[in-house]
Amino acid sequence: MARVLLFGRLGDIAGWRDQVIEADTLTKLLGRLIEADPGLGEALKAPGVQVALDQVLVRGDRPLTASSEVAYLPPMSGG
Amino acid sequence: MIQLQIAPFDPGTLLSAFCKDRQEIGAVASFTGLARAEQGQTLALELEAYPGFTEGQIAACLETARTRFGLVDAYIVHRIGKIAPGEAIVFVATAASHRRAAFEACDFLMDYLKSRAPFWKKEIGADGHRWVEPRDQDHVDIARWETP
Repeated sequence: MARVLLFGRLGDIAGWRDQVIEADTLTKLLGRLIEADPGLGEALKAPGVQVALDQVLVRGDRPLTASSEVAYLPPMSGG
Repeated sequence: MIQLQIAPFDPGTLLSAFCKDRQEIGAVASFTGLARAEQGQTLALELEAYPGFTEGQIAACLETARTRFGLVDAYIVHRIGKIAPGEAIVFVATAASHRRAAFEACDFLMDYLKSRAPFWKKEIGADGHRWVEPRDQDHVDIARWETP
């Protein structure tokens, strides 16, 4: 289970920005998101989208716990 | 200090506060970025940050500036939420013993903030909105600091 946060255009595409989703790894979480919303799935797989687990940028698969926070970060705009 | 805030700010007040009570600082440089109207095309900007993460990433860049330029202190204020044309979006002040370090650190921090800092910016116009990504020039600007 994880708290999932979507930023920038990803939140617009999904129509939500903050949701708790049942999944015990990052890979399974992504699978669940793609299955629920193919449009969001495409956007999450686009180049430049980064993943932060508990506020640290990560690559590849990671285990998730009930207190995990996963943020999908589209290319940053800068300030 | 790094501060993200929804409320507008007065850059003059921030600069005066930053300069106050310093005995050993010879130089303070500052930069204020304002929201452009783009000839009426942009009605407002809307900036989104990832609370905690955004400050952490900026803090890491500040640490680089500290060691690289001998920066003594810095003050970064960044607006989030809706910003009207003409309002200040970002304020950066840097303090160092001498001016070169203060100027360079301020320039470096702004190039970082404009190209790599975790903000997502939406331009709201009369006919809808678009998400902004850094311009080519912003990438060129930050690349200047990567070559010795």
